[in-house]
Parts: sequence; C-alpha cells; structure tokens
Amino acid sequence: MSDKPKVAFYWCSSCGGCEEAVVDLAEKILDVVAAVDIVFWPVALDFKKADVEAMEDGSILAAFVNGSIRTTEQEEMAHLLRRKAKVLVAFGSCAHLGGIPALANLWDREAIFRAVYLENVSTDNPDGVLPSVSTPHNGDRVTLPGFYDTVRALDQVTSVDYYIPGCAPTPNIIAGAVQTLLSGDLPPAGTVLTPDIALCEECPRLDTKPQDLSLERFRRPHEILIDEDTCLLAQGLLCMGPATRTGCGQLCINGNMPCTGCFGPTSKVRDQGGKYLSALASMLSALDDEAIEKALDSIPDPIGTFYRYGLAGSLLRRRKMTPVDA
Amino acid sequence: MPEPTEKPQESAADGWEPKIVAFFCNWCTYLAADLAGTSRMKYAPNARVIRVMCSGRVDPQFVMEAFANGAEGVLVGGCHFGDCHYQSGNHKALRRFRLLQRVLMGMGIEKERIRIEWISAAEADKLRDVMNDMVARLKALGPLHLEVPAEGFPEVADLAEVTA
Repeated sequence: MSDKPKVAFYWCSSCGGCEEAVVDLAEKILDVVAAVDIVFWPVALDFKKADVEAMEDGSILAAFVNGSIRTTEQEEMAHLLRRKAKVLVAFGSCAHLGGIPALANLWDREAIFRAVYLENVSTDNPDGVLPSVSTPHNGDRVTLPGFYDTVRALDQVTSVDYYIPGCAPTPNIIAGAVQTLLSGDLPPAGTVLTPDIALCEECPRLDTKPQDLSLERFRRPHEILIDEDTCLLAQGLLCMGPATRTGCGQLCINGNMPCTGCFGPTSKVRDQGGKYLSALASMLSALDDEAIEKALDSIPDPIGTFYRYGLAGSLLRRRKMTPVDA
Repeated sequence: MPEPTEKPQESAADGWEPKIVAFFCNWCTYLAADLAGTSRMKYAPNARVIRVMCSGRVDPQFVMEAFANGAEGVLVGGCHFGDCHYQSGNHKALRRFRLLQRVLMGMGIEKERIRIEWISAAEADKLRDVMNDMVARLKALGPLHLEVPAEGFPEVADLAEVTA
C-alpha cells in the first residue's frame, strides 16, 4: 500500500446517482486517483466490509457516504465508516437531508410493506410473505437487514464533518470539495461545501425577478409555455431558488425548469420547506379565505414540493406516527 | 410497525393540560391579552404568549419548532383586516397560515391544533373565549405525541445474535 491518503465511498439508501456523479468527474477522476488510494467503493471495487473492519480506526482520510439511513445495515456501515475515517462526508441530498427516500417518512414500515409486498397491482405474493430479519430456510437461517419506520439523514445517525449537497452533486463541487480536503486547510466541521447564498442571487434571470410578486395562482411546468429569459417565479412556477443554496451552476434554470431545492437551505434557514412556504404565500395576491384556498389548490402536493429532498432533515422529520391499538 | 409506547395514555381526566404557544401581534391581540389581565378576566392558563410585532412576522418555522418541542397547539393572533399596523401583514399571515395548515395536516397534525384569530385591542372577551375554546378542543383531541419514536427494531446488537 502506498502512503497516499485513503478515501472510501459507500452508498446507503440511494439511487446510485451519486456514484454516477463521481464517475461524472470524467478525466478529473484521474487526478483524484493520482492523489489518493480508494480503499473501499462497493459499486466499483471489490473490497469487502471485512477489509474496512481490518483497518485501523481513523486510518481513512475521508469517507464519502451517500444515501439516507433506512436499514440497520446502513446504520451499522455509517458507524463503521465513522470510526475508520478522520473525516466523514455526507455526499448528496439523501445523506445531507434525507433526500427523495425520506418522503417515505409520510408513511411507516407497515404501510410501506403493505403497499410494496401486498397491495401493488403488479405484486404476485399469494402467501403474503413480508421481509423478515430472520427466516428459517432448509434447516438454516436467512437474514435481512431490519427496516426502520423512519428514514434518517446521515447526521441523525452519527456525527458528520462536511456536507456535499445535491441530487446528484455536480462535478465542479465534488472536485472543489476533494481539493479542499486534500489541501489540509479544512473549514469548520459542519460546513456545507458550497457557497452559503441563495440560488436566486446567482440566477441568470435575477434581473427579471420583480421586487414584489402578485400571483393569482401557481402554474405547473406543463401548463404554460415557459419563457427562457424571465424569472420562473414571475411566470408562476414553483421555483425553490429563494430557499435553496447555490453552487449547482443553475443546471435546472439553464434547462428552463424551476429549481426543486436539492442543495438544501442556506445556513441561515433551519427548515427549507417552512421558509419556502413562507416566501410563496407572500407572492400570492389573494386576500380573503375563499380566494386563498383557490390559489393554494394550485399547489397539488405541498409536502412533496417543499420537502422533496429534505423531509428527514426538517423540523418535524416525519409524519406523526399513527398510534398503535393496544 | 411502531412498538406501542409504554407511556400511560394521558388524558384530560388524569390532569394532563395541553401546552399552547401563542404568537400575538404587538398592536392588537397582545393588547387584548393585556386588557383581559387588567380587567381581571379568568381564562385557561395554557398558553405561553410570545409577542411579535405583526402576525405577518410569524415564520412557519416558529410554528413547526413549537410543535417539534412539545406544543400541543399553536395560536396566532393578529389585527382585524383593515386594522393592520403595517397595512397587509395580517393578509400575508393568513395566506401563510393556510398553506402551513395544509402542510401540517399532511404531517399528521390535526387542523384544530393550529388556529389564527383576529382579535382587536378592545376584544379581551374574544381573547378569553378563544383561549377557553381552544383548550377545550385540545383536551378533546388529547396529547400530540409528535416525537419521532425510538428506533431499534431490530437493534444492531440483536442482529448480531441473529446472524451468529
């Protein structure tokens, strides 16, 4: 083994997009590989958990963990990598704030299992078998990780040093973050490694954003012909720009689609959805209850819109658990 | 499925009292509370009142934080339409509040737990009635129990035994 700094990548409850994002570094990944040894990366390399366990605690410079924590196995791996790495980085929206998987926090394990394994029209499960942590099989036992009721962000399971936000993180912020970590000049723990200002402030359409918006209702992208130069909020679209951290390079805006908020809030905001909700309500012109209800009906899925990537990391974290009948 | 909590079922019958966080605007509802006090009106003592300059100042995060920290109800009090010291703060508050209500209901928090009322500086009796009414409704609903339940099915330690 060379004495290059060691890094590890791991995935928890995620789609694989964050792994793609690393590969998306393209030729820059050669610079990364030249500078570090990748000692663990299940998606690409054949190192096992036992190899990580055999390493000395703190011997990995940085572990990049993507995905939220949904199962006992993921929790165990998060703790293991925390022990072995000097710096634990939450990589991508899911590890940062829960991400898309955290929308499952509107339900619980029972409801999810029922939908997925019993009630889905395409499900073929005549015996009604549900996943179980331990199942007897031919005189032996087969085990599966336990499935939690609540999806958690990485920092709700173990301590996290830095966050690289995004669904998925863009190559430029990954490269920037890796450089920062290798430079040895580390920012304070807890830092999100992107600029701490709202997307709007760097938006190429900022000049067309009116001082005061007065909208009768909101529009969905398929309902209008979206102008390519005008502020998307001014066109009535639910653009999360005002409540979302910048650093992404305005990819969605440049693609003429509203921001969906994947970079999470700036450090001044605790709850991205709450802050965005507040801003949105100010933009409506409705004065009385009836007009307000009608205007709000133009937001068909408020939680899914405001908390698309951040339900686990929000103030309330999940839907209230339904009481169990004793 | 969640494990049943071992907490005894709290109810109004065994002395449980709902906690209300109340955000009152400086110009109307807070003065109504003041008037209720100087008039020696008696009403339910369940609210912790926080004075804000305008009902339009109540950030949805304040309300969420109140619930996350154990409030069973949140009451926002502002000026009647046309009376807002800042002209349109209460209209903004109402829009924000209605949208917030939709989100909170989606999170399993009953509509009755979040309430907005317009109470002028002269309406101490309305303040008293609203407080009493809200407490009665919350008592009927019972405790909120919003806390994320302790996880641990199965504990990692238990799994070690399973996989041994």
